[in-house]
Amino acid sequence: MVKILNSLDIKGWETVIGLEVHAELATKTKMFSSALNSFGGEPNSNTDPVSLGLPGSLPVLNEKAVELAIRVGLALNCQVQKSVFARKNYFYPDMPKAYQISQFDLPINKEGWLELPDGRRIGIERAHLEEDTGKITHIGGGGRIHEASYSLIDYNRSGVPLIEIVGAPELRGPDDARDYVSELRSILVTIGASDGKMEEGSLRVDCNVSVRRDGTEELGTRCEIKNINSLRSLGRAIEYEAKRQIEIIESGQEIEQQTRHWDEAEGRTHKLRSKEEAFDYRYFPEPDLVPVEPSEEWIKEIANSLPPLPRDRRHLLAEAIGVEPTETSLIVERDLDTFALQAISSNADKNRVLVHLENNLADGIGKLTPEAFASLTVMETNGELTATQTKRVLADLVESGGDPQGIAKSHGFESMDNSELEEIVERIISENSDDWLSYINGDETERKKKSGFFVGLIMKETSGQADGKIVNQILSAKAEN
Amino acid sequence: MKATEIAEKVSSGEMSARSVVEHHIETINKIESDVNAFNLVTAEQALIDADEIDSKIASGETLGPLAGVPISIKDNLCTRGVETTCSSKILEGWKPPYNATVIEKLREAGAVIMGKTNLDEFAMGSSTENSAFGPTRNPHNLELVPGGSSGGSAAAVAAGFSPLALGSDTGGSIRQPAALCGVVGVKPTYGRVSRYGLVAFASSLDQVGPFANTVSDAALTLEVISGHDPRDSTSIPEKPLEILEVLNQGVDGMRIGVIEELSGKGLEGISPDVSSRVEEAVKVFSNAGATVESASVPASIYGLSAYYVIAPAEASSNLARYDGIRFGPRTEEATTAETMTATRTKGFGDEVKRRIMLGTYALSAGYYDAYYGKSQRVRTLIMNDFAKAYEKFDILISPTAPTTAFPLGDKTADPMQMYLQDVCTIPSNLAGHPAMSVPFGFGEDGMPVGIQILAPAMAEREMFQAAKVLESESGKDIE
Repeated sequence: MVKILNSLDIKGWETVIGLEVHAELATKTKMFSSALNSFGGEPNSNTDPVSLGLPGSLPVLNEKAVELAIRVGLALNCQVQKSVFARKNYFYPDMPKAYQISQFDLPINKEGWLELPDGRRIGIERAHLEEDTGKITHIGGGGRIHEASYSLIDYNRSGVPLIEIVGAPELRGPDDARDYVSELRSILVTIGASDGKMEEGSLRVDCNVSVRRDGTEELGTRCEIKNINSLRSLGRAIEYEAKRQIEIIESGQEIEQQTRHWDEAEGRTHKLRSKEEAFDYRYFPEPDLVPVEPSEEWIKEIANSLPPLPRDRRHLLAEAIGVEPTETSLIVERDLDTFALQAISSNADKNRVLVHLENNLADGIGKLTPEAFASLTVMETNGELTATQTKRVLADLVESGGDPQGIAKSHGFESMDNSELEEIVERIISENSDDWLSYINGDETERKKKSGFFVGLIMKETSGQADGKIVNQILSAKAEN
Repeated sequence: MKATEIAEKVSSGEMSARSVVEHHIETINKIESDVNAFNLVTAEQALIDADEIDSKIASGETLGPLAGVPISIKDNLCTRGVETTCSSKILEGWKPPYNATVIEKLREAGAVIMGKTNLDEFAMGSSTENSAFGPTRNPHNLELVPGGSSGGSAAAVAAGFSPLALGSDTGGSIRQPAALCGVVGVKPTYGRVSRYGLVAFASSLDQVGPFANTVSDAALTLEVISGHDPRDSTSIPEKPLEILEVLNQGVDGMRIGVIEELSGKGLEGISPDVSSRVEEAVKVFSNAGATVESASVPASIYGLSAYYVIAPAEASSNLARYDGIRFGPRTEEATTAETMTATRTKGFGDEVKRRIMLGTYALSAGYYDAYYGKSQRVRTLIMNDFAKAYEKFDILISPTAPTTAFPLGDKTADPMQMYLQDVCTIPSNLAGHPAMSVPFGFGEDGMPVGIQILAPAMAEREMFQAAKVLESESGKDIE
């Protein structure tokens, strides 16, 4: 993370962030017609009279889009309600009807919350359905609209179903914002509502940022930042924008409510328009559609079909291991929690499961089975394998599967007989008697230092086959004698 | 000849579809240059279609109920590969890649499309003078307007260009020109006929319906085009109407109300000709065994005002897509925004611009509640008043229009006077109820007068029964 601000600049200030996330819903066809909803493809190939807004065409609501929206609502702990589509009117060439069918005063989902991995709950104000627009490519002039010699429009995206999830202004910094989007993304993917690909634009984030002095309750004037295409840009944009606003206020001026554009290359935001220049969308109920009234039964059915959510999975695994849910978030994020639970139910050592999944299995489990993983952790805790040896066996199991005992044997990782080890320890002590005296008589720091020294020598002597833990036990036993 | 008769004779092989179509093309060739009912006559295709029908009959295939019947189509209904202009320069040359649902249904039923008829631009008007391609004239008197906005369709039927036509009715655009041209015109219950492929003016009010010379032909056409369409979300999930089986059941015992706010002294600007025909209609119904009394729909007097907020509001949004980007002519300027502005400035006529501005204003932040919101509440009020009236009456009647046909140019300078032409028809659109106009004699000026028959939602059958009674007594029955 590039730090733009030094701590002095933001000291005494709090950044307040509210995110509006648009996610493309993973339906086969578009929101209001049977044209395909698929990314890529020849420009304007996935179109029909409805998604091109041809005169006389009429929208017909895709039931699957409603179902997915309800899934999102339930996963975000929202109230699912009777909803009404509205027209949001404005002229732009990527908008074939010159209005977007959206939801205004009666969204399908309202008032929910999302739990961050650290346990904080962030309010969700609403999650409503709307249709996507086409995509414009500006040709010439470096791709900028004003210098372009002409523009091309691809309506393949036009009419793709979107859910807009409006979060409350309860995030307090770039890390919060990134955690929120990651968590939301992971929920959307888990419930099959969206593929969540930010790089393909199926997940887009608009970011409202304001600042206020520490200890004040009142919200500052916000600016909305558009064109954020990755989690990294999200953090950068927030840092830049917060600093810009603080500077303005500290110089005695006031923040103007604006919509701003994030420029990834320049690493800054630009003004797009002020509040006065904002569109008057002239919302009114869409007369071509009827209100959506999902039955209690249907909502229940959808609720029952929801898979366990990341939050539930974090809690479940944390309980199984006996740690806080915050400690299991990385494993759930990597989708390894089911594997972890299977290993635990095969009597694995819980703490080693946590350690290995977090540190040594970041690239996936490959051919490792929960059973093999479980017995490996047992071998490790029994002292049959050292930490280094365990890692090596683990890597082999990931690579080609098999039985940990056999692999350990094939590497010659047989645990040393303790008497054999004791002999070596004694020999090393006698060869380094000065250091041994320091070990016995030194303070805690000195003792630690010397224990490292001896363990190192012994490991070298045994070609790494000795268990460091046992070596230490032998050393302290000898010191007390 | 009646449509039902043509279909019968063509199906039985007594008459060829080709001869029927040729006969109608002849009539068109003779007087269309005076009437200007069509934006486009598709004579060549009509003959091809007719031949196809004849060969199907020759090979023993059974054809639909409109086999070989010529029909004219209002030029705001999409016809695949055939120019659909809405009588606007902004759509000149646009050929839809698909057919409206009603077009598909007509073709399945064996109807032969003769062409696309003229209208007030985007169906906004009551005289067909707002067409970018010149006005249509009333076949009964070429100095007078045919009414509108479906003036071309009404004139086509009145002039004998085709026994049937389709129009669209947002505030009276089928019924008023039907009255002024002396033909039958029907606005069905909202949702009865699919709007898929009807170029939208005001989506919550628009409804497609038939024109015909007789009540039974109109009934047959409505049977063909009605029924649920999954491509229109506001389409009523019902089977196609069956009207003909009850058409001759009369009005004996029916309770008929004359809407006092829209008839006689209650209606400002009503011509004595029209008033006296309404009184005559009352007698006909009484003699046929109905109880006829005065009925009150108090809120109907606010219909016009509410309509001129709701319809332009929806229109301002529906017509926003005409920006020259994807279809239709484009006036190229330096930037996209300027191109859009120039295209729209050049492409739309005055009345369309007036309504776009009105509607945009009514929906603007800070004005929405005062205008659009209030108008929707008036709409609810009108529905409630109708519901109350229908507790006492099976159907209601009124004049279709306050006057008979008026001279071209008479009302073009005063939009309010023009809007008043629809004062009797608008309430049914706001309520979503069916209503139709039946020709019922002539005024002192020799021009046709239409009686409007209104019915509760879904009660087309009763409405048609009453229309049939009126027709039988009007001296116009050609059965």
